[in-house]
Amino acid sequence: MDGPFTTALGLILAADPALMQIIGLSLRVTLTAVLVACAIGLPLGAALALARFPGRGAVIVLFNALMGLPPVVAGLIVYLMLSRSGPLGDLALLFTPEAMILAQTVLILPIVVSLTRSVVADIWDEYREHLQSLGASRLRAVPTLLWDGRVSLLTGVLAGFGRASAEVGAVLIVGGNIAGHTRTMTTAITLETSRGNLGLAVALGIILLSLTLTLNAVAWGAGQWARGRLG
Amino acid sequence: MTQMRPITSAILPLRLEGASYAVGDKPLLSDISLIVKPGRRLVVLGANGAGKSLLLRLCHGLIAPTAGRCIWADGSSRPTAQAMVFQRPVLLRRSVAANLDYPLALRGLSRLSRRDMVARTLARFGLDPLADQPARLLSGGEQQRLALARAWTMTPEVLFLDEPTSALDPSATRMIEEMIESFSAEGITIVLTTHNLGQARRLAEDVAFLHRGQLIEHRPAADFFAGPQAPEARAYLAGDLIW
Repeated sequence: MDGPFTTALGLILAADPALMQIIGLSLRVTLTAVLVACAIGLPLGAALALARFPGRGAVIVLFNALMGLPPVVAGLIVYLMLSRSGPLGDLALLFTPEAMILAQTVLILPIVVSLTRSVVADIWDEYREHLQSLGASRLRAVPTLLWDGRVSLLTGVLAGFGRASAEVGAVLIVGGNIAGHTRTMTTAITLETSRGNLGLAVALGIILLSLTLTLNAVAWGAGQWARGRLG
Repeated sequence: MTQMRPITSAILPLRLEGASYAVGDKPLLSDISLIVKPGRRLVVLGANGAGKSLLLRLCHGLIAPTAGRCIWADGSSRPTAQAMVFQRPVLLRRSVAANLDYPLALRGLSRLSRRDMVARTLARFGLDPLADQPARLLSGGEQQRLALARAWTMTPEVLFLDEPTSALDPSATRMIEEMIESFSAEGITIVLTTHNLGQARRLAEDVAFLHRGQLIEHRPAADFFAGPQAPEARAYLAGDLIW
């Protein structure tokens, strides 16, 4: 009998349909979650950097703390919201890819918000007088600051992607690990390992690692390029 | 490209009436009454901490007086036909051309008129070869040149400059001074702070001398340099001779 690595390589090289389906679903869920988290988190983080309101400190601490939210707890919260008796039960989203997107968005959002706030606050310190001199309102400054912080923000977005693609707990709870429907790379690795089906687990592990490695290489390269190019 | 602009100005003179600025109960500018006359080059002198930068920020509307008033001739609280250049130029993390374009876009100019204005500005200030370069990778002199060019695109009637050459070498300083003189020749009113007394003598038509947040003297430059009346101003100029 072949070892798990031989089996894994065989599966990858043959572009095994079950394997491809799992990879495709994982990417769809995590990328969508990243997009949603950015759409909410970038403006929210920038607003937190510029706005002054009572309780601002508490909100910042909350988002910072939520960066360490255990994925299983995030999964549990989303599960309670989506379950039949929960406030969003009528949507019947539990055990669907959409539920997993929601759970991962909850995980990524604090990272995007906190990082955006700190990046935007630094640039705002530097630009404030100048933008004020040009007559730009704080609201108008937000897109300017986000754009000028784009290189640093990319790092945060990738960190969010990394966290979401690596976690098991949240997607397992709200997705249910249903074969062909809500089975992602991480939940599949958990299941296949416990079943002794190490070939598929190793194949997915290799894919997951390469993905993370590639993304980080791209992010680092982009950062280096931008520093040389934009100053 | 240089056009003479009329000396008459819609927003000037700017009158400060008993303007003060305090942080907590610490007065940083006290009871300043001053008129910024159109078409003149006013140089604000004074030691570190005398309040020169604050006075400029007060005039430009970056800070509001805690007592007294700043009154523009057009009656508005903060006219748009003004610009400010800072000691360390604040340049966006974008290309030279994009830095020139940004304030114009803020003002809601159409893409077409912006493109035209950016092209004219690049040409006028010899920035054409640098148009696509990232602004923050320029040399210090080039950065300040860009900052002045950017201020010029905003067609200001008055330009505030806060120690614009204090971080520059002599040749870059000379270039910036020439730009300031050409702006002045176009009719743009100049209000400038400096620690460089040579620069003050070269550029000033009027001098305002600040000492510990108070306006001690405000006179034509020739009179001031011929012999300031206030002992603080005499001591300041004497320091120049010693150093």
